[in-house]
Amino acid sequence: MSFLQVDNLVTRYGAITALQGVSLRVEEGEIVTLIGANGAGKTTLLRTLSGILRPATGAITFRGENITPWQTDRIVRAGIVQSPEGRLVFRGMSVRENLQLGAYTRRDRDEIAKDMGHVFELFPRLKERLNQSAGTLSGGEQQMLAIGRALMSRPKLLMLDEPSLGLAPLLVREIFRIVEEINREGVTVLLVEQNARQALAIAHRGYVLQTGQVVMEDTAAALAQNEVVRKAYLGG
Amino acid sequence: MSRRQGSGIRDPGSGVGDQEPGVRDRGNPGALLRLESCTRAFGGLVAMKDVDLEVHPGELVGLIGPNGAGKTTVFNVITGIYEPTAGKVLFDGKDISGRKPHQVARAGISRTFQNIRLFRALSVMDNVRIALHLRHRHSFPAALFRTPGVANEDRAQTEEAHRLLEALDLGHLSGEAAGSLPYGEQRRLEIARALATHPQLLLLDEPAAGMNDQETDRLMEIIREIRRVFGVTILLIEHDMGLVMGICERIYVLDYGEVIAAGLPEEIRADPKVIEAYLGVENDEL
Amino acid sequence: MQEFLQQVINGIAWGGVYALIALGYTMVYGVLRLINFAHGDVYMFGAFMAFYASMWIGPRVTGVGGVVLVILFAILASVALGVVIERFAYRPVRHHPRLTALITAIGVSLLLENGGQQVFGADPQPFPSLFGSAEPIQIGGLIIVRSIVYILVCTTALLLLLQYIVMYTRFGKAMRAISQDPTAAALMGINIDNVITATFALGSALAAAAGLLVASYNPQIDPYMGLLPGLKAFAAAVVGGIGSIPGAVIGGLVLGLAEVFVGASAYGDWREAIAFALLIVILLVKPSGLLGTGIVEKV
Repeated sequence: MSFLQVDNLVTRYGAITALQGVSLRVEEGEIVTLIGANGAGKTTLLRTLSGILRPATGAITFRGENITPWQTDRIVRAGIVQSPEGRLVFRGMSVRENLQLGAYTRRDRDEIAKDMGHVFELFPRLKERLNQSAGTLSGGEQQMLAIGRALMSRPKLLMLDEPSLGLAPLLVREIFRIVEEINREGVTVLLVEQNARQALAIAHRGYVLQTGQVVMEDTAAALAQNEVVRKAYLGG
Repeated sequence: MSRRQGSGIRDPGSGVGDQEPGVRDRGNPGALLRLESCTRAFGGLVAMKDVDLEVHPGELVGLIGPNGAGKTTVFNVITGIYEPTAGKVLFDGKDISGRKPHQVARAGISRTFQNIRLFRALSVMDNVRIALHLRHRHSFPAALFRTPGVANEDRAQTEEAHRLLEALDLGHLSGEAAGSLPYGEQRRLEIARALATHPQLLLLDEPAAGMNDQETDRLMEIIREIRRVFGVTILLIEHDMGLVMGICERIYVLDYGEVIAAGLPEEIRADPKVIEAYLGVENDEL
Repeated sequence: MQEFLQQVINGIAWGGVYALIALGYTMVYGVLRLINFAHGDVYMFGAFMAFYASMWIGPRVTGVGGVVLVILFAILASVALGVVIERFAYRPVRHHPRLTALITAIGVSLLLENGGQQVFGADPQPFPSLFGSAEPIQIGGLIIVRSIVYILVCTTALLLLLQYIVMYTRFGKAMRAISQDPTAAALMGINIDNVITATFALGSALAAAAGLLVASYNPQIDPYMGLLPGLKAFAAAVVGGIGSIPGAVIGGLVLGLAEVFVGASAYGDWREAIAFALLIVILLVKPSGLLGTGIVEKV
């Protein structure tokens, strides 16, 4: 049994079937990336894995347990955490409070403080803005905060939805370096990213989603060489 | 540096902002938009410092810089969401600094937002039609009784909305709820809605965010196309260097609220300050 | 001058009471985007529970201990009522259109008022004097009714406690997170259902406290006693900015002072109307309320 296993997942939004029987697996310690066009169902898949959307059929198994019917908070406590698309930070709360909320499921104060220090090492910008309300941060800074907040929970499986969105080129490279580092520290990563080239460069394996279906799966290196993938997602 | 950008761009000390009020468009008579030593502070934090910037009619200009450099603040000062603490914003030769956002919009500047702002529950078509409605106003009784004039104009508006949606590759989605569209398509819908007010100047805040390379390539074609068809001048903020270098004729680089470089794409790409602050030393993507 | 100071003190005391009730509206609105119209009736319920508790406890436990027991019982019973209302009336319609929940709230309110009439009787009941001696207190030249002093002390203590809970506790942060973005809050591992239940519990406790403070000042209680204070506190919450906790306090104080001064003026008859006049003015001038919910946002 894999670390995370998804079998034949079907999720509908009203009349639209956004996931049409998706199956995939993530092994412990891997970085797995999902690539695909806008509307292919990547975000829907992450939202279903987090329990925000309910699948019509199919099963999600995490470390041997069937988590399909679980509520979001229970899934988070089990260790599946995501940094959502579109930087859903708590705009009226300070940077510090946002990070504290990231550690909501934890009680170990000293370790939380240590992890916050770690987040500041990754994103020094956040430390400068510690007491500012998150709504006054620039778009890129909000993105850093969303990622830092997800890390504060000490996830076992970290799902990142477009982590490089809105970040400057220098910082995009930095983010991918950070994801690799987090992974080396033992966190399994499921990465959704439009920047497919860089995502494939750091991932172990990848899946290509198209209109709610997995149309290809392979090692990241093989996908990066694949003629179809290069043409469709890597800009030739 | 480009010849076209006029004077004073990298020289905040030239005192352009000190001129007397009422002097119209002194420097370059051709500028559609002109920021003169614009500064905006929030308490002690100076988000934008002595920014000089010009956009000429028909131009496509890029504004880039690290996260938190103040790019969106520049847009907010131009569109009247913030009043500049010092300096002036001239549009079409008129001083518009301190005007309210709706007045700026009516003067001919339209924008999209980094955090998408659509009427999520309304259809794609209705999002555009609302913007069109803002332009054409009927008297209340005329609208109430649906006079022939109103009905004709409604038809004309629906046609125009279709035309805008087609231009942005959204024609096939006109009946969908805006909130149900994927991110990239919501961004295009924002552009369609911004165009519906027939702006002279269109400000795009990270239009390619959330798009893959292929979609970004298509967006570049769309932006070129709307400039040609709608004759609109464009100033855009973007981190996708493929897009910025690919379509912008001139580029301004902002860092810590100040313009650190301005010029043609090839000049910007080679500028050591820009490489250090923004692009990174080994840039394999350019 | 003395007259003026005395009115200010009265105004602040009444304002504090409105604030206690308004907080319940505003907190529930924050987490559910629902106007809980049954909230005023929880205030009534709190007073009745204190009434029955003191009838039973009064002869058995004397002194301060008895009073504390009565207050605790009234508050716990009201908390239970609030939690039951949330669980059985609002939770089933949570994912329905907002109008459904609003109509449900009005239904719950009618049920409590008419049910109260059946169970407690329609006639006003005399509320026991919980705080003993009715001797007014004299400070300098000011003569202050004793129950006004209790109201001032209790509301100040409760408001400070609430401020602490909302700003610094884990529950308070979770509550604010939900009011800003329920999806993101769930992604932090926050159990939304539990926090909503706790929010109703907290709001109901404050309403019950307000109910028995007012009843100890004006010792007549009846099943409809929550109607007008409930509506006024709702107006106060909107005036302050619905969803904003400091807004509810400020809205309550503004309303309390306005009522006292209008009552003392030549237009004393308008006292009961001033809350709604304020409501209308605010909705015209600044629809988001004095403190609004419109947070500073980078656009």
